[in-house]
Amino acid sequence: MASLDLVNVQKSFGPVKILHDISIELKDGEFLVLVGPSGCGKSTLMNIIAGLEEPSGGSLRLEGRDITTVAPAERNISMVFQSYALYPNMTVAKNIEFPLQMRKVAKASREERVKSVSKLLQIEHLLDRKPRQLSGGQRQRVAIGRALAREPKLYLFDEPLSNLDAQLRVDMRTEIKKLHQRLKATIVYVTHDQIEAMTLATRIAVMKGGVLQQLGTPSEVYNRPANTFVAGFMGSPRMNLVKARLTAHGGAGLSLHFRQGAGTPVQISLPSEVVPQALADRAEQEVIVGLRPEAVSFATPGMVAGPRQCFVDAKIEVIEPTGADTLVVIDLAGHEFTVRLEPDLALTPGQNARFLVDLSKLVCFDAKTETLIA
Amino acid sequence: MPVAHGSSGPATRFGIGRVILYAVLIVLAFFFLMPVYVMVVNSLKPLDEIRSGNLMALPQAWTFEPWLTAWSTAQIGVQPTGLRPYFINSFLMVVPAVAISALIGAINGYVLTQFRFRGQHLLFALMLFSVFIPFQIVLIPMAKTLGILGLAGTVKGLVFVHVVYGIGFSTLFFRNYYAAFPSELIRSARMDGANFFEVFSHILLPNSAPIIVVTVIWQFTNIWNDFLFGASFSDFSSYPLTVALNNLVNSSTGVKEYNVHFAGAFIAALPTLIVYLLSGKYFVRGLMAGSVKG
Repeated sequence: MASLDLVNVQKSFGPVKILHDISIELKDGEFLVLVGPSGCGKSTLMNIIAGLEEPSGGSLRLEGRDITTVAPAERNISMVFQSYALYPNMTVAKNIEFPLQMRKVAKASREERVKSVSKLLQIEHLLDRKPRQLSGGQRQRVAIGRALAREPKLYLFDEPLSNLDAQLRVDMRTEIKKLHQRLKATIVYVTHDQIEAMTLATRIAVMKGGVLQQLGTPSEVYNRPANTFVAGFMGSPRMNLVKARLTAHGGAGLSLHFRQGAGTPVQISLPSEVVPQALADRAEQEVIVGLRPEAVSFATPGMVAGPRQCFVDAKIEVIEPTGADTLVVIDLAGHEFTVRLEPDLALTPGQNARFLVDLSKLVCFDAKTETLIA
Repeated sequence: MPVAHGSSGPATRFGIGRVILYAVLIVLAFFFLMPVYVMVVNSLKPLDEIRSGNLMALPQAWTFEPWLTAWSTAQIGVQPTGLRPYFINSFLMVVPAVAISALIGAINGYVLTQFRFRGQHLLFALMLFSVFIPFQIVLIPMAKTLGILGLAGTVKGLVFVHVVYGIGFSTLFFRNYYAAFPSELIRSARMDGANFFEVFSHILLPNSAPIIVVTVIWQFTNIWNDFLFGASFSDFSSYPLTVALNNLVNSSTGVKEYNVHFAGAFIAALPTLIVYLLSGKYFVRGLMAGSVKG
C-alpha cells in the first residue's frame, strides 16, 4: 500500500481543457472518491493515474516514486472497470490468475493466490465458470478478485457498481467498504453517485468541468461545501439554496432577510457565535444561504429555541413520506424549501406551521462567486 | 369450433405464402444444383456414354475410373501425373497464404483500432484501397518484384503474392471487428501487465473466432480459386490446381475425356465446398458481427 501524490495534473485535447491543474495528496490507506456529474473529468483523471492516458502537464508520484511516464503495467496499480472487463475466453480462475501470469509469477504461488483471493471474496465455487455464466454481482466479485490477486500498491475503481441493480449495489458497497477496512488499501474510486461517495470515502474530491471543486472528508464536504455546486451536488434531497440580504442591527448582531416576489418577508437573526468574521464584514450585501433539509425540524408547542436555533413560520406545500422520514416542501418568504421531518407528523398541505431551524448548520455563499463565506 | 374458425383464414393465406416461398427456393436450388448434377453424373460414366449424347442421364455403367485418372494418371504437363502434385501445390500455397494474411490482418486491425497515431485513418484508407485494385494492374510490377526477390516461378512466390493481396481484405475484416471490441478489456489487460503481443495473443485472438472464420473462408476461397496469379507467376513445377485443371481440359492431344475433366473440376472445387459446409454458419454470423460497427 502506498501514498499517491497528484501534482498540478492537467489534460487537454487540442484547445479543449479536460483537467485544470489538479493537485491531490493521498496518504497510505486512504479511500479517495472522485465524484462529479458526467463529463467532469473524473474518469480522465483516473485513466491518468492508471497510466492509460498521459497528462498534458503535471506529475504523479506513487510512494514517492515519479510514475508520470511509467507504463501502466509497471505502475503496480490494479483497476476494476465499470463493465468488469473480465476476459470472456478465460475461466474465473484464469481471469484472477492472468495478472500474475503476465508478471511471470510461478505456477504454484499463482494457484495459492487464486485460492486465497477466491476464499476472501467467496467465489471458490465459481472458479471453473466462464464470465458469461455469472450474474452481475458475481462478475463484480471476480473483477475485484483479479485486482486483489497481485497485491498492488493502489486500487482504482471506475464506477464499479453502476451496472448493478439497486439492492445489489448497496450490498456490494458495504462489501467494498469492508474490504477496504480489512486490507487497509489505498483506493481511488470514481462515481457519479454522491451516496457512494459519502458512504465509502475517507476523502471526497468533488469535480466539475475539469476543476477540483473541493477536497475534504465526507463531513467537511457535506457540512461546509466550498461552493454552491458542491452544496447542491452532495446530499439528497439537495441543500436548500436561497438568496437573502444580510443586515446589521446594532452591535455584532446580524440578520438575514428573505424575500421573493409576493412572499411574506422572513427575517432570521443570527447569533454572533455562528457568524464568522468574513460574514460579519458583508453586512448590507446579498448572500446565498444554504440549509440542509435536516437542519429544519417541526416545532412542537411550548418548545423553546436554543442559543443556536430559531423559529420560522411557513406554509406547507407538498408532503412526501418516504417511510423513514417525511420530506416536506414549505414556502418560506416565496422560496421553496425542502425539509426533512420525522415520519409520523399529522400535517396537511396548505397548513401553516412553525419550524425550528438549527442555525449552526447554516452556511452562506458569496452571491457572485458562489463560494463559501468562512 | 371458434378455434378452427379463427385459424382457417390467416392459416390459408400463410400456407399460400409458404408454398410460393418454397416453390421459388426449390427452383433456385434446382438452378444452382443442375451443374453440380451434370458434373457428378458425367464424372461417373464411361466416355462413350457421354459421346452417345445424353448429358443428363444417370450412368448405365457406373465407374470411378475418371476420378482416379484425373487424380493420378491424366496427362497434364510432360508427365502423366494427374492433378495430385498440383493439388499439393495449391495446398502448400493456400495454407501459409491464408494463415499469414489473416495474422497480419489481425495485427493491423489491432493497431488501427486500439492505438491512436498520426495518419491512422489515411493508412487504413490506403489499405482499403488495395481491395479495389484490379489484379491485372499489379501483374507486371509483381513479376518484377518476384524476380528481384528470387521467388519467380515458385510456390513461395505465389504465397507472397496472395499474402500481399490478401492483407487489404483481412485488415478490413479485423479492423471492423476490433472497432466493436470492448476497449476496457484491452486496457484491463495492459494494466494487468500484458505487453503488445500478449494483449493480442491472450485477449484479442481468443475472442476473434467469428472473424477468423470469415477471413479464413474468404481468403481460402479466393486463393484456392485464383487462376490469374497462378498462371502468371508459376511454372511447371509450381502450378496451382486451377492452372493444372485448365491445362488438363485444354490439352490438344488425343480425345477429349470429358468424364475426366468433370472429375478434375470437381476435385478442384471440393476443398472450398468442404470449407463452406464446415463453417458456412459462422461465415454469415461473422459477417454480421463484423459489420455492426465500423
